[in-house]
Amino acid sequence: MVSSSAAVVRPLKARRLPWTVVPFLAILAGLVLMAIFAPLVSPVDPNAQNLLARLKAPGFSSRGIVYYLGTDELGRDVLSRIIYGARVSLLVAFASVALSGVFGSTLGMVAAFYRGWVETVLMRLVDIVLSVPAILLAIITVAVLGPSLTNVVIVLALTRWPRYARVAYGQTLSVANMPYVRLSRFMGAGWFRLLSRHILPNIAGGLIVVATLEFGLMVLFEAGLSFLGLGVQPPTSSWGAMLSTGRNYVGTAWWIATFPGVALFLLVLAINLIGDHMRDRLDPRSR
Amino acid sequence: MSAFFLKRALQAFVAVLGVITLIFFLQRLAGDPVLLLVPQNATQADIEAMRTSLGFDRPLAVQYFDYLSGLIMFDFGRSYVQNVPVWTLILSRLPYTLMLAGGALLVAFGVGIPLGVAMAVRRGRPEAKAMMGFVLAGQSMPTFWSAILMIIVFAVWLGWLPPSGARSWSSLIMPSIALGLLSMATFARVARTAVLDELEKDYVRTGHAKGLPMHRIVARHLLRNAAIPVVTVAALEIANLLAGAVIVETVFAWPGLGQLTVQAINARDFMLVQGVVLLGAVTAIVLNLVADLLYSIIDPRIRLEGNA
Repeated sequence: MVSSSAAVVRPLKARRLPWTVVPFLAILAGLVLMAIFAPLVSPVDPNAQNLLARLKAPGFSSRGIVYYLGTDELGRDVLSRIIYGARVSLLVAFASVALSGVFGSTLGMVAAFYRGWVETVLMRLVDIVLSVPAILLAIITVAVLGPSLTNVVIVLALTRWPRYARVAYGQTLSVANMPYVRLSRFMGAGWFRLLSRHILPNIAGGLIVVATLEFGLMVLFEAGLSFLGLGVQPPTSSWGAMLSTGRNYVGTAWWIATFPGVALFLLVLAINLIGDHMRDRLDPRSR
Repeated sequence: MSAFFLKRALQAFVAVLGVITLIFFLQRLAGDPVLLLVPQNATQADIEAMRTSLGFDRPLAVQYFDYLSGLIMFDFGRSYVQNVPVWTLILSRLPYTLMLAGGALLVAFGVGIPLGVAMAVRRGRPEAKAMMGFVLAGQSMPTFWSAILMIIVFAVWLGWLPPSGARSWSSLIMPSIALGLLSMATFARVARTAVLDELEKDYVRTGHAKGLPMHRIVARHLLRNAAIPVVTVAALEIANLLAGAVIVETVFAWPGLGQLTVQAINARDFMLVQGVVLLGAVTAIVLNLVADLLYSIIDPRIRLEGNA
């Protein structure tokens, strides 16, 4: 990797973040904090129904409670449900990225390290899984396993690991023959030490970029599966499920679908922008 | 050429076989398919009779090869719920999905390519940054959200377009835009990178040197060379469009394969889900193959490297 070694020679100064990225970092941080402290931030219980306040427009108040973003078809506070929904989105995305990232990177490194039939079998499997649209695989798997938070994470991890495997494979191939790796091997280092101490730190940059961009995609996939009724089950609030409900009330209550969509859009946009920025920083050629 | 073609075709064949196997065993893994079909109060004898009549009492390997040999004859099995061959159901919905995918491709190509070329040519200027922002927004926009927003604005508030269904050509406009938006972002990015690469080539400098205006260099010389990656991506994007159709068709009640899939999932009609997903997967694999072959025809260096 010419680019990474060049980056090491030139002292890495903490460059100032461009003004285009800062606000999105703030949005991402805000959404994450909101999800962590959901019980403290949300105005009311997200599952509390108030049948006297069904489908009320934003700003409606009843019994001393102000519904800033309106209420849904069961009189639940849309704002509180969005705040709790952030938990589902971030949790599913984080868990599936972590799972598929660890799994895929390990297999990719192992394939490049051992070569031979291990390489052939693993990389052919990568080709097969990558050639099928992930959402289709996810749909049939959830349809079979039954919808639940855990199953969504499992499905996303199972369909997305080849992305990491391919990157880890390619980068390991280019690093594995570097003099320091050969020297370490010559000195008697075992495969685990070689992979974890010498190869992984050198290919981590590329994997982190993939993970960041995948994170945004996983948020969208979770919302998509929930939208189809294959994700988190009611009454747990999820942005995708809220949008699905909102679809039925577009004529009477536009706010049910609009606001969770804004939250979803901002989260994914922030992640994509940050991921793009990181890729540009780590790989100057793509700029 | 033929060696490369054979090798790639063989790989695609293995992939198709892999997907079929995956889907078949995934379904068997989920438990007894018969229990999903019989009514709640069925007796053990009823269940056994059902099992025998559907052939689920045979060894798994026999069922598997039976399924395989059926697929060769385009026999996707019967929908248990509707009691109609799966292939018939698929054929009745396929034209709608193809129409939708065509419309979306038109949107994606028509907006994405000019946008990508403009972003590359005007690189570094404020207008290019604004366009990049638009592309990123399109990429981050969940299809089901942009779809619902369009329904609220253009169907409910303005009343210009029908909110759902497939009664007239105007019904196709909103679904096509919603589905095309994501691919638009991909096309714009690929076109931008391709044009940026070409801008550094010598023939562009020669063009400048002999006094050609920029638009003429781009239109007459550059676009042909930059088209190679775009064509390849187009084949891959069609597969993504078919998958994205599942959500868009649900939002707009568009009677295509996507809607059929969702209905089948809700009715627990696994034979049908299996058929549609298999069709989608095979289409994706074939399009991948086509993309690779196109690439190797346009750029012979690839197949030469492949043989080496």
